[in-house]
Amino acid sequence: MGKQTIIPFGPQHPVLPEPIHLDLVLEDEKVVQAIPSVGFIHRGLERLAEKREFAEMVYVGERICGICSFIHSHAFCHAIEGVMKIEVPERAQYLRVIWGEMSRIHSHLLWLGLMADSFGFENLFMNSWRIRERLLDLIEATAGGRVIFGSCKVGGVRRDIQADSMTDVFKELREIEEMSREITSVFEKDSSVKQRTVGVGVISKEDAYQLGAVGPVLRASGNAIDMRQLGYGAYGNLQFAPIVETGGDCYARTMVRCRETHQSFGLIRQAIEKITSGPIEVKITGMPTGEFFARLEQPRGEVLHYVKGNGTKFLERYRVRTPTFANVPPLVHMLAGCQLADVPVIVLSIDPCISCTER
Amino acid sequence: MTTQFEEQPVLNLDRKDLVSKVAELKKDGYRLVQVCATTLAETFDITYSFDKAYKFTSLRLSVPRADAVVPSITGEYFGAFTYENELQDLFGLKVTDLKLDFKGNFYHLAKKTPFNETKAEAEKAAAPSAENTPGQVN
Repeated sequence: MGKQTIIPFGPQHPVLPEPIHLDLVLEDEKVVQAIPSVGFIHRGLERLAEKREFAEMVYVGERICGICSFIHSHAFCHAIEGVMKIEVPERAQYLRVIWGEMSRIHSHLLWLGLMADSFGFENLFMNSWRIRERLLDLIEATAGGRVIFGSCKVGGVRRDIQADSMTDVFKELREIEEMSREITSVFEKDSSVKQRTVGVGVISKEDAYQLGAVGPVLRASGNAIDMRQLGYGAYGNLQFAPIVETGGDCYARTMVRCRETHQSFGLIRQAIEKITSGPIEVKITGMPTGEFFARLEQPRGEVLHYVKGNGTKFLERYRVRTPTFANVPPLVHMLAGCQLADVPVIVLSIDPCISCTER
Repeated sequence: MTTQFEEQPVLNLDRKDLVSKVAELKKDGYRLVQVCATTLAETFDITYSFDKAYKFTSLRLSVPRADAVVPSITGEYFGAFTYENELQDLFGLKVTDLKLDFKGNFYHLAKKTPFNETKAEAEKAAAPSAENTPGQVN
């Protein structure tokens, strides 16, 4: 064994938009162990549920993350609806799918840009974010906000998308999809992208499963697990299959996200074609009594919102297990044995969202 | 179209049976989804959730707050170290045989931990006491 050096990586680092800390144990340039620690921006949002009425907690839940904000609010609402056995109107279910998939596309485009930035491909970074801006405009036009949608509520949604607007959405999505395909083909074929990602940060199918990986990290190692298959929202009425790659490396994780971006456009189109007219919410009566674990598929993977109600307007327990928290053990596994120069790319390949993790 | 809510069985266990039951689930091909604690008046409820082919199941321990010690499951699922260090840091539980034990240093928080009081206890602690009520003349 050579001389070992410990290098602190984060919580402030040029490629990390958010603060996670890793102690990297090195032998020369090779990482032999990575020791994570978190909590630098912990907000204590779970305990806030003891002081805010459950219907108000939707606003707090949505603010756990600025990227998958809508899906957090959907997950919280789904958990309360699971406790209270609320039947959400069909139109609201489809609208939740449309906004959820828009969130997935803008999250993946954001990540593709950050990934390109991590290995110094500035043009690809800027083009990814340029396209994402078009989608954010579309989200603003339909939901009213670019970051916080404010559209989901317990029992349905607050806003509708009118039929003529739906036609505009359809047309705009077609143009954004064409631009996205140009970008994703660069990620797929460009030799400089491959040089930095192929064979880097490999995790096997078994290790990803046993270490509790979720989302694209899990699927890029050959595990066909996608919580949308549970059929929540209107997903049970849509035709799709989990996107799976088998390489288990940074390139495979990139390809999963590229293909999921394409899939999300298709899911929105299916939802627009199948959506029916009708109410968008139901009136809620009573207080939550009991418990429910809501499991939804965020862009980064399976998120879990657990609520326990005691018959009052305040929840007894609200727990959020975010995808990034689940992907920390797989990340530690991927980093062992890699070169120091590959650490930023590998860390970004799990699409870390620390604001989610520090709920 | 009816709303889809999955079945979510919860099996209550004694803590001495936890590791063997977790080993059974691992052998059956389940993956670990999450571990969380809930602070109740007399006990901590600790829930371990697993999934296999979209079948969700949970194990639950109810341990006295005065004797909040639980065995680690990192021998079966190493990835549980994040959850179990969270139990130690944020809830003040003691997890025995933890494979990667940060000894209270996994979370770097500005506030003093653990946060293991119930809502009623927190409100009582925050209420002004008779001795320090402002304006009171002794």
